[in-house]
Amino acid sequence: MKCVVGIDLGSTTTKAVLMDERGGILGQGITNSRSNYEVACAVAHEEAVLAARRSLLERAIESLEGPGAAGAKAIRARLFDALRLELYLEELGELEDSVARHVAGPAVRALRDVLEPAAHQVLGEMRRTAPDLFLGGAPRKSDFFRDVAAAGFMAGAERVSANGKVPFDRLVGLFDRAILDVEVRFRRPAFAPLLRRALGRVAPENGSQGGSARARIESALREAADREIEEVAFVGTGYGRQALPFPREAVKSEILCHGRGAHDSFPDTRTVLDIGGQDTKAIQVDEHGVVTSFQMNDRCAAGCGRYLGYIADELNLGLHELGPLAMQARRMVRVNSTCTVFAGAELRDRLALGQNRADILAGLHRAMMLRAMSLLARSGGITNAFTFTGGVCKNPMATKILEDLVRENYEGGITLHTHADSIYMGARGAALFALDDLRAGRPGILPNFGRAAAQPAEDPPCGRADPSVRQHGQDVDD
Amino acid sequence: MTTRTGALESAKDRSQLHQKQMIAGHFERLARAREDGRKVVYTFVPGNLTELIGALDMLPVLPEINALQSGMRGRSGGYILEAEKAGHSEDVCTYVKCDIGMLRGGNIGPTGTKLPEPDVLLLSYTGCFTFMKWFELLREQYKCPVVMLHVPYQADGRITPEMRGYVVEQLRDKVVPALESIAGRKLDHDELARRLTLSARAEDDLVAVWESARQRPSPIDGYFGGVYYIGPIFSAFRGTEEAVEYYRELRAEVEARIAAGEGPMSPDGPLGPERYRLVVEGPPNWTSFNDFWRMFSREGAVVVASTYTRVGGLYDNGFRHDAQHPLESLADYCLGCYTNLSLPARVALLERYIRDYQADGFVINSVKSCNSFSAGQLLMLRELEKRTGVPGAFIESDLVDPRYFGKSNIENRIQSYLQMLEARRQGGYS
Repeated sequence: MKCVVGIDLGSTTTKAVLMDERGGILGQGITNSRSNYEVACAVAHEEAVLAARRSLLERAIESLEGPGAAGAKAIRARLFDALRLELYLEELGELEDSVARHVAGPAVRALRDVLEPAAHQVLGEMRRTAPDLFLGGAPRKSDFFRDVAAAGFMAGAERVSANGKVPFDRLVGLFDRAILDVEVRFRRPAFAPLLRRALGRVAPENGSQGGSARARIESALREAADREIEEVAFVGTGYGRQALPFPREAVKSEILCHGRGAHDSFPDTRTVLDIGGQDTKAIQVDEHGVVTSFQMNDRCAAGCGRYLGYIADELNLGLHELGPLAMQARRMVRVNSTCTVFAGAELRDRLALGQNRADILAGLHRAMMLRAMSLLARSGGITNAFTFTGGVCKNPMATKILEDLVRENYEGGITLHTHADSIYMGARGAALFALDDLRAGRPGILPNFGRAAAQPAEDPPCGRADPSVRQHGQDVDD
Repeated sequence: MTTRTGALESAKDRSQLHQKQMIAGHFERLARAREDGRKVVYTFVPGNLTELIGALDMLPVLPEINALQSGMRGRSGGYILEAEKAGHSEDVCTYVKCDIGMLRGGNIGPTGTKLPEPDVLLLSYTGCFTFMKWFELLREQYKCPVVMLHVPYQADGRITPEMRGYVVEQLRDKVVPALESIAGRKLDHDELARRLTLSARAEDDLVAVWESARQRPSPIDGYFGGVYYIGPIFSAFRGTEEAVEYYRELRAEVEARIAAGEGPMSPDGPLGPERYRLVVEGPPNWTSFNDFWRMFSREGAVVVASTYTRVGGLYDNGFRHDAQHPLESLADYCLGCYTNLSLPARVALLERYIRDYQADGFVINSVKSCNSFSAGQLLMLRELEKRTGVPGAFIESDLVDPRYFGKSNIENRIQSYLQMLEARRQGGYS
């Protein structure tokens, strides 16, 4: 099947969207942006391809009829949770290898006898408890391996260092170094083997749910895995778009892409607020999704996603935990600063005064959103409907405060749209521009991520390249 | 003629090279001023009285020109830090701090020669309150007299006979006698008239150059290229044969481009196909001037008119210096400078430019440290969009403080804006 690809290379995360010829989303991928932007693109793109295969499989299972169909549908959700588990375990394996390399290095020579068994114990515990994490029905906290693994490692490190013999900081330091190696490795997860392992977990051959349901899923899996995905056009956007291995004409401004992506998701959108890692954009669009006016922060990233990241670090929390904690506030502490550094100082002062963490966090969220409101006003105000996008949109407190501020500052009747995939809006807009190329018959100009992100010989990508993904058009590396 | 002056330098027209030589020559004259026995007047670009200064055989020094030249030569950052060490706040105009820093470092001018100290500070106040504070600082330093010409603000968007009379009276009764006293000679009115006649000739050619941008493609860039065009007439050369010659040559160069159907020069050589015609409000950033220019030129964007190139004289509304009415025309010149216009008058001028030059869009470069110029620019943007239906862009940088030029942010905005213009031109997406 023909599809187009949009890549949004943001300062914090890189997103990829695969879109079919009708504008439907086939797959989405996201990863932390790394110092090597090409690797980030390649990883996000591979994730999107994997998600597209998953989506094809999901559709195939959905269309099953006859013997075993009901059983296959019944285990579908659990199957995909198991797939996430397999992906996690694959990356965990890389983390184990990386920790082993670092623990053998000269930096920890004096403490090797203590750190090596402690790290082994923590990682072993993470591997043992992983199935509960993904198959135990717990809500999904983060899209990133780093976040999930960091939470597990920190908890384990606290336990093993409780005896006072293992230095906690040095143990966590090992993780900090090892995770960097894992993040900069490009991998091509092989869909079919991963899915078969996942299937083995939720429908063992000799288990009660085996038999026809398993056979039907395997057949659907073959169909999904073998289906040719023909990528015919790419468009890139985002803060790091100039670093993308794309020709000039295949690079679009993130303002246009976010505006278009939001409008495509909610066609009544006229104002868009996008808060990303280091920029905030207030965008006005017309009835076609074409940008008519915009404002973005300049010279200073106060009040952007990194602000929350810094606050989360100050509180030793995961970024995804901030919003839910702030939602527990009983009152809103007034925080005056949107400067990230000053806000951190204010946070420490207020904690020292004994004020409640949730209450302070609520105030910090409000300070941040007030800054966004100012930018919106400068861009021409809010016109119905209003769509909030970007990574910060996933923070429930940020969204709640934005709703409150819109109500306080604008006449009633403003609808605020948010989307579960708000973080992908830029990539979605980019994919729509690529779709324009496809529909207009313009030649697709495609990069070769695999080569751009080639790994050293001693560190080959895990799994093999997906042979059924074809990239058409002019190869810019040639 | 196009000249490439080196692999790392930008391409330049013959006129650009010519004006560089003229400015360098002026700095050489300043360096020799004391030995030549010539008196030196420090004064500002908007409302400068160059014909009067020249007629009294004095030499002008323009601190803003020194600051922007220091900015372009990569020296302003150090000068600003020097001024901040001396207690000048982060929020003070960076032209001022650049000048103060240069002064504290020995007053070595942009071309590397020492600038002479002033014999008088001639403060013609046209819309910028900071000018007054600036010369108060220089007065403390140099212990020299200040001659003040108060130019009333055009609050209602027009010059009244009373305003003109008020300025003429000051010129006649205060400014001319004070300058005569310092120059040690009486004003030769015939010489002043001769100079005013030369000014008007150069102004005719300059206006023809501005108006050439009505052509498609525009043969000039009326902002980035325009700052070279205004160099002689805004600095020391108005009312001289050299300026008349320069503008004659410039006009011929532009007319030759029109005949050949060519666009203007850019830092990378002749501009490619003209894709966007823009009007710009606000001064350029000087510390990354060529980078800033390339953000436009590499996208095929040409500036067809700008208001910054009118801060030292607004001639395309019909005003010319007039030898028949010397003091009155000097008064009208000062009153009519762009910096002395009210917000509605500025909006009206920009609106006219957008319509007359068939602009696809307009860009406001809001300068952080220039409160008098930047205040109200967002309002101007909205009003212009409303009146013309043409979308505007708003970017922020600074005059000569390199810390306030965020290249990737500014480039991001400009690219976004130009892509937005393209999308609107297409009437939507397919």
